[in-house]
Amino acid sequence: MAEADTSVRSTCPYCGVGCQIDLKVRNDRIYKVDAPFNIAPNFGRLCSKGRFGVDFVHHPSRLTQPLIRKDLGSKPRQPVGLEGFRPATWDEALDLAADRLAEIVQARGGDAIGTFCSAKATNEDNYIFQKFIRGVIGTNNVDHCARLCHAASVTGLQIAIGSSAMSNSIAEMKDLDMFIVTGSNTTETHPVISTFLREAIVNHGAKMVVVDPREIELCQFAELWLRPTAGTDVAVFQAMAQVIVSENLVDRDFLRERVENFENYRLEISDSTPEWAEAISGVPAADIRTAARLYAQANQAAIYWGMGISQSVHGTDNALSLSNLALLTGNLGKSGSGLNPLRGQNNVQGCSDSGGLPNVFPGYQLVTDDEIRTKFERDWGVLLNPQEGLTTMEMVDAAERGAIQAYFVMGENPMMSEPDLRHARHVMEDLDFILVQDIFLNETGEYADILLPAASFAEKSGTFTNSDRRVQLIRPAVPSPGQARADWEVLCDLAVRVEQRLGRESSAGFSFTSPAEIWDEMARLTPPFQGITYDRLERESGVHWPCPTPDHPGTPYLFTDTFPRGKGQLVSLDYNPSAELPDDEFPFILSTGRVLYHWHGGTMTRRSKLDDIYPEPTVEIHPLDADQLGVQAGDWIQVRSRRGQIRVRTLVTERSPQGMVFIPFHFAEAAANELTMDVRDERAKIPDYKVCAVAVEPLAE
Amino acid sequence: MTPEPITITIDGQQISVSPEVTLMQAIASIGQDTPVICFHEATTSEGLCRLCVVEVEGWRTLAPACVTKVADEMVLHTDSERVRRARRTILEMLSSAVDLSEAPAIQQQIDDYQADPERFPEAHRRTQPILDDNPFYVRDYEKCVLCWRCVQACGDDLQFTYALSLGGRGYETKIATFFNAPMPETTCVFCGNCVAVCPTNALKGKTEFYLDQGMDYDQIRLQRRRQQKSSSQDKKNG
Repeated sequence: MAEADTSVRSTCPYCGVGCQIDLKVRNDRIYKVDAPFNIAPNFGRLCSKGRFGVDFVHHPSRLTQPLIRKDLGSKPRQPVGLEGFRPATWDEALDLAADRLAEIVQARGGDAIGTFCSAKATNEDNYIFQKFIRGVIGTNNVDHCARLCHAASVTGLQIAIGSSAMSNSIAEMKDLDMFIVTGSNTTETHPVISTFLREAIVNHGAKMVVVDPREIELCQFAELWLRPTAGTDVAVFQAMAQVIVSENLVDRDFLRERVENFENYRLEISDSTPEWAEAISGVPAADIRTAARLYAQANQAAIYWGMGISQSVHGTDNALSLSNLALLTGNLGKSGSGLNPLRGQNNVQGCSDSGGLPNVFPGYQLVTDDEIRTKFERDWGVLLNPQEGLTTMEMVDAAERGAIQAYFVMGENPMMSEPDLRHARHVMEDLDFILVQDIFLNETGEYADILLPAASFAEKSGTFTNSDRRVQLIRPAVPSPGQARADWEVLCDLAVRVEQRLGRESSAGFSFTSPAEIWDEMARLTPPFQGITYDRLERESGVHWPCPTPDHPGTPYLFTDTFPRGKGQLVSLDYNPSAELPDDEFPFILSTGRVLYHWHGGTMTRRSKLDDIYPEPTVEIHPLDADQLGVQAGDWIQVRSRRGQIRVRTLVTERSPQGMVFIPFHFAEAAANELTMDVRDERAKIPDYKVCAVAVEPLAE
Repeated sequence: MTPEPITITIDGQQISVSPEVTLMQAIASIGQDTPVICFHEATTSEGLCRLCVVEVEGWRTLAPACVTKVADEMVLHTDSERVRRARRTILEMLSSAVDLSEAPAIQQQIDDYQADPERFPEAHRRTQPILDDNPFYVRDYEKCVLCWRCVQACGDDLQFTYALSLGGRGYETKIATFFNAPMPETTCVFCGNCVAVCPTNALKGKTEFYLDQGMDYDQIRLQRRRQQKSSSQDKKNG
């Protein structure tokens, strides 16, 4: 019987639940993953990815040495596999990278460089990344995949209450009385959270309303399932608000003390009746009324949502339509009750917290605020750029018009995750310089001039911050393959080399010897983290920020007394249709999303045994549509949009409604984002991945 | 409101406990372990294996400590000859029918209670083929002691997925899927929470399973590749 040489407590590298795991190691390899039963947030529960899917760490295609493109300088840049690169020493690769970055900074200024930090890397990696970009390169062009996932939730919640994190902790879920799940296939995207939601229903009698065009697994547990036509969510939630107001189900005290704009809002919403919403969304008016009453009359009601709300051309409105419901009914600021955008990546919360955004330093401190900037300038000993940087998609635009000449991408894969990939590739082809730091050669790395091999989560120390703002440790369990190094170490090394080339008299400070030192610097500059130290994380296994002082217990749920913006704001909304609707040539709505066994661009899970159970790209199609097209379950078919086409295998199922197809976006050989459209929410700059028009065509034998 | 504590006696030691605790919790409160097989901190106690039985003065039968609540003035004996004999017999009967070779905790109990694993040489052994029907874990029910923990983990205690249940009756009872379908055809989501609570390694992650068969990591990768090929072959033929 196998005995582990060591067992190392760490945090799962997949989704935002942040499960605590024990990595069992034998002969320097992880052969098993367990979970402690007595520790939050997962209390022993794991999903297939956490328990069986970390084998990617040992995949033979891990990058093990720095690589330099053989045809440096030739244009247009072509994507190449490993054969297109030659091995280099760390010194050669970092010197070359520093040369090129310094040249561009000197010739064009730092704003000519666009950078992507990583929701998969640690808080410490990302802190150093943005310190390097802001303090040495001199630009705020720092963004990451949060832009492509919860940007609209962030923007909406900032408008409504002034804060965008999940308001409640996972531990509160099992005691709920009522909750709404919308635009989140929680069972597949946040599997362990879904077990606590099901527990609330099965063992605590909670009532759940699901609002989703797809018949997700949770529908089997729902009191009520509202099935709007994709993209019509705002109408449904507006009508729920209208019912709550017209039937006087509002929380009068809460409205008086903590909410503004009710009188205006009440007038504006009076026309948004359930019958109006039924005409738009197809959801029966009676069901909308029932849902509204269930939500308003519960003692502890929460709303959970995912990409179905935020990845929309009117994502900000979607999020606001939810915050309106919470503010009207006072379902906010109590244990269990709140507004909870479920964060996707293991450290997407932390990457944003650590300053991985173009407008803020760590802790959401504005780069445009002179006082804040001065604080960072003093601490780092450098002058900082007062201009907000560009968002992910704005960097693509800037690259297209030549304003951005170089990309630095750490642990992200925009060549899978951006919409309209054909266009995105075209932009990459013309860049002068691309530096990529990753654990694998992925679709983005294929465009790189220099590839820097990074250590995986299992090979380094640091912290991840999960969806409910809980800061937790990761610890090294196995050695890095070859010469791979932790991201923060590489970044410090690179930053100093760029500083030398730019002739900086003093360094912004990159002489760290451990992630704990980096955390301490970030906490010193970031009030909500000031009470969190590595010692404390070791002792308590995790702390929910805000935690301003060492004796502060941390904050599992937010907004007990007040909102960050003072009073909560009700916002009147107009219903707007989706940007591209089906027509004769493209008669189906395409929605994209995830499946249980894969992760995002597939860089990790396609290199895991998880791929054995879900090895092929699929399209969900309704049986009646399949009949009409003459395709059988398992047939390979073509799905085509105005942007591109892919070949996928048919899954005939009633999960997606008639007239809609669903394609998971994990498969590089049939990337769903060849089809999607780069159309963005005006305020959040997030692209719409959930609604575009496609044609579905059988393939000739 | 906390109820008034009551007084009980454990092996001659008088203690005061909440009336809501189980015998096992009361025994643990004086720093004493109770031997268990089916009990797990994360699953509902069902009192199935009976290994945790203790003697309560005045009671006709032994009481399973995991599910029996304390009562005022109760007098417990946790290590009497009657208790030891019951535990020993349970371990001997289990040994006669089940492969306990990968259940180190039970092996330890066999030693502790000086049980004779060969006491019932004529007993019918529960022989079953190893089920290797998915990429993630292997089911070897010859090692299964029917503790139910996997069924509970899959159901209302951890996962709420309900892929596992009990099939068959009496001696033929076993852990099964509906219609004995292979795992990929059930509601199973391969969370492995059942594997995590299995006390005998009847359920085991595949990498660990092959390591135990003496393979190294390279051989395991080759094995996996072969299974991928044969399963894609099945798909083509099927």
